[in-house]
Amino acid sequence: MNAMTGSWLRVGDINDIPRRGARCVKHGDMTIAVFRTHDDRVYALEDKCPHRNGPLSQGIVHDGCVTCPLHNWVISLETGRATGADEGATTTYPVRLDGTTILLSLKPAKVD
Amino acid sequence: MAKDKLVIIGNGMAPGRMLEHLFEKAPDAYDVTIFNAEPRVNYDRIMLSPVLAGEKSYEEIVIHGDGWYAEHGVMLYKGHKIVEIDRTAKTVRSEHGEVAPYDKLVIATGSMPFVIPVPGHNLPGVLTYRDLDDVNAMLLAARDGGDAVVIGGGLLGLEAAAGLMNQGMKVTVVHLMPTLMERQLDTAAGYLLQRELESRGMTVLTKANTKEIVGPDKVRALRLEDGTEIKADLVIMAVGIRPNGILAKEAGLDVNRGIVVDAHMRTSDPDILSVGECAEVSGICYGLVAPLYQMANVAADTLAGDASRPFKDSSTATRLKVTGVNLYSAGDFAEGEDREEIVLRDATAGVYKRLVLKDNKVIGAVLYGETADGPWFFDLIKNGEDIAEKRETLIFGQAYQGGSPLDPMAAVAALPDEAEICGCNGVCKSKIVSTITSKGLTSLDDVRAHTKASASCGSCTGLVEQLMALTLGDSYNPAAVQPMCTCTDLGHDDVRRLIIAKELKTIPQVMQELEWKTSCGCAKCRPALNYYLVCDWPSEYADDYQSRFINERVHANIQKDGTYSVVPRMWGGVTSAAELRAIADVVDKYAIPTVKVTGGQRIDMLGVKKEDLPAVWGDLGRAGFVSGHAYAKGLRTVKTCVGTDWCRFGTQDSTGLGIRIEKFMWGSWTPAKVKMAVSGCPRNCAEATCKDVGVICVDSGFEIHFAGAAGLDIKGTEVLGLVKTEDEALEHIVAVVQMYREQARYLERIYKWAKRVGYDEIRRQIMEDDERRKAYFDRFVFSQKFAQVDPWSERASGKDKHEFKPMATLSLEAAE
Ligand code: SRM
Ligand SMILES: Cc1cc2nc3c(=O)[nH]c(=O)nc-3n(C[C@H](O)[C@H](O)[C@H](O)COP(=O)(O)OP(=O)(O)OC[C@H]3O[C@@H](n4cnc5c(N)ncnc54)[C@H](O)[C@@H]3O)c2cc1C
Ligand code: SF4
Ligand code: FES
Repeated sequence: MNAMTGSWLRVGDINDIPRRGARCVKHGDMTIAVFRTHDDRVYALEDKCPHRNGPLSQGIVHDGCVTCPLHNWVISLETGRATGADEGATTTYPVRLDGTTILLSLKPAKVD
Repeated sequence: MAKDKLVIIGNGMAPGRMLEHLFEKAPDAYDVTIFNAEPRVNYDRIMLSPVLAGEKSYEEIVIHGDGWYAEHGVMLYKGHKIVEIDRTAKTVRSEHGEVAPYDKLVIATGSMPFVIPVPGHNLPGVLTYRDLDDVNAMLLAARDGGDAVVIGGGLLGLEAAAGLMNQGMKVTVVHLMPTLMERQLDTAAGYLLQRELESRGMTVLTKANTKEIVGPDKVRALRLEDGTEIKADLVIMAVGIRPNGILAKEAGLDVNRGIVVDAHMRTSDPDILSVGECAEVSGICYGLVAPLYQMANVAADTLAGDASRPFKDSSTATRLKVTGVNLYSAGDFAEGEDREEIVLRDATAGVYKRLVLKDNKVIGAVLYGETADGPWFFDLIKNGEDIAEKRETLIFGQAYQGGSPLDPMAAVAALPDEAEICGCNGVCKSKIVSTITSKGLTSLDDVRAHTKASASCGSCTGLVEQLMALTLGDSYNPAAVQPMCTCTDLGHDDVRRLIIAKELKTIPQVMQELEWKTSCGCAKCRPALNYYLVCDWPSEYADDYQSRFINERVHANIQKDGTYSVVPRMWGGVTSAAELRAIADVVDKYAIPTVKVTGGQRIDMLGVKKEDLPAVWGDLGRAGFVSGHAYAKGLRTVKTCVGTDWCRFGTQDSTGLGIRIEKFMWGSWTPAKVKMAVSGCPRNCAEATCKDVGVICVDSGFEIHFAGAAGLDIKGTEVLGLVKTEDEALEHIVAVVQMYREQARYLERIYKWAKRVGYDEIRRQIMEDDERRKAYFDRFVFSQKFAQVDPWSERASGKDKHEFKPMATLSLEAAE
């Protein structure tokens, strides 16, 4: 059950996600990966690496970034952009915490 | 305002480069749609030969992956051939009926391989050499060995021939002209090349005209005009290319040999451009990427409304990409009244160099055997420099200019700023040097990523490295102690030593005490630290799954589409009807698409959905299977042969010993994967002499081998020593693996570690020092108490549930 709070959807509790880990939220054909960093920040990105669609939710989370499991691109959780010399970006979604409840919006954050 | 629509027909190297420039110059000018007849993204066609030779994979030669198109909002239709351009309606139509309107259209259909219409040219087994499908077809044909005939001894033909020979075929090249590669080489160099190829086992027939390909059902042989018949299971036609202008012609555009364009790449219709091998500019069609890339830049300018840099013809240089053959040619090297030449030959070294001069300028160069000076000569050709002063020493190359010979580094230092280093991508020296300095680059990969130099055919890699050494001075020292990663200045060995010395027992503790520069490490150091701690403190350390690579976290191998593969253990490669039946049932129940026998004597089920993994493991577990750790830096397989149980040559129970070792050692984590094998006699059917640890059984006992490899590197094993009993064999094997576990750097295979530590030192500790061997053995046995837990059964019964289930599934309405 996903209660609605305005355009924010309740998708789970922060303790459902391991620190430095991710869980998936399915929405039709699309999968959104919700990440939790070591200091309990949460981020949401489409679960698709800009390189070759690797499932970012399966990567290693470190320092505000996730390393894609397929070919090791490092994607910023904040901006969805590839870091280093790689170029590309994945869609990010607004996500926030209400206490320990994770709220997600399905309106993609603006990508410029 | 709606953006203009740009439609591109063909997705080869030329339009790919054009788009890169366009997106840099005018990122928002167009909505871009591409139709490509090949069902794939843009890849580096030049590198097909290394793929054929088995030196590279398709993945490694992709230029723009799917993500690139998504990122730039490009709509790419793969496998859509355009069949009509309607210039009145300004639309194109694909064979599948897709119609797309354009404001600007770019035709980039490349060229088609020429097929000589001799009888039999369309028999099965006759191929051309142009795209990945051709390479795959050749690789498939080469699997059964057999005879291949390549028609055409030019660049493509010879690369195909060398590749097929690498794949184990017997190859004959049939060439119409008297010498090979006559368009790029003079007769002397052509001869040297032929001799080299023949010495490798290739048959080369020159002045040979093909009359017929003999069938009837498939290729059987090739018959020449003079009646010679050559056995053939595969025939490759590599006799030239024809610019592909059919569509343009049907649409009423001006087409000669190629599609006629002006110096701004515009065809006779101002809204239609053409780039690449299909385009003809000033009467010339090109077949090498350097001029095509120039066309691409010009076309991007034109599309962005900039007409300041028209296309200029420039000479091009060629290399043959056959490993071990060095040849380079550039410019015009035909003989002529008004020309002079300078030749240097060194027969013992197999070197031949020839420069063609006209009016004191170099106009052509052919180098064979030693090609380092190629770019320098090419530069002299392009700049039209007067060489009167250096004429005497010119042929010796750049290093000899200005008196005494210089070392290669000085030669690179002496190159002018505009000297072209990477011919494929047109990158000059100053661009590389300034990028290294301004972006603070320190590795070859960085330089490739930022400048594209050495990122296409790779033949300039050496030069680029010299430039790096020159620019970075002492700080570029590939042999220096490598820090583990950018989070620390310490190398792996120091970190391992400090973990023990300071009794560091958690990852945060290591990072704190050893002054990590980042808050929680990175994807390089965390898995390494996690392993070191698992190995050094087996009873105390709590494995940090978030620091493990996904495969080890979920105990299955991730596949390129995000599904997983499942490989259960089959101890020593032995199975039973009941096990096979259980596997068959699982495959049916979960609709697993592929079942494959692996190279490690067991069965792989590929394409399992992540959500299904626990249930699949549950079913396999009930049939007695445990995880095969095919995903782990840990013990993988112990291959065996049938040994004394059945084989008439067997000297010991190799199957039994293999199973015993596997059952004793499974579940242990190691710095890199560990593979073993036991063969029952020196015939070695289990291939024990290329494994991390192998055993060859002999009458007098067990010969233990170690430090072999047969993956990225191939290396035969070293002998550790001979022992008499099975128990001793087990103890020695376990001890050497434990020594490796305790000393190696993460991801370092046994053969690399052993080379670093010294084979003799390892023999001394394991074979001669009984006490030490026993201690290693005991430490391994202790750590197994905590490691030998089947990860699959744990997860089938609910552990780490969060890994396998989505956290939430949103209904579609919720999104509205
Ligand atoms: C399945 C299998 C191929 C097959 O269908 O036969 C295979 C499949 C993979 N191999 Fe392998 N290797 C397989 C036998 C081998 C062998 C042959 C052998 O073991 O006798 C070798 C050469 C022997 C050696 O290791 O020295 C081999 C050398 C490699 C290498 C090169 C390792 C090296 O250090 O040189 C890699 C890359 C790596 O590990 O970084 C690799 C990596 C891989 C990976 C894990 C690629 C990846 O990272 O995803 C493949 C996983 C596929 C999957 O999901 O199942 N595979 N691989 C074989 C599984 C054996 C098994 O039962 O466990
Ligand atoms: C094996 C090999 C080795 C080579 N080695 C070298 C080398 O060492 N150095 C060098 O400089 N060059 C080399 N070349 C040449 C170089 O690869 C080509 O010059 C270059 O790739 C041509 O680029 P292009 O974009 O013009 O055409 P292509 O890369 O051929 O792309 C044309 C694309 O258009 C598609 N197409 C055709 N018709 C249609 C249609 N009607 N609708 C939709 N799509 C269509 C085709 O499927 C194809 O994918 C080599 C070529 C080969 C085959
Ligand atoms: S299975 Fe092994 S050899 Fe085959 S593609 Fe994968 S890594 Fe390469
Ligand atoms: S798909 Fe993510 S790095 Fe390749």
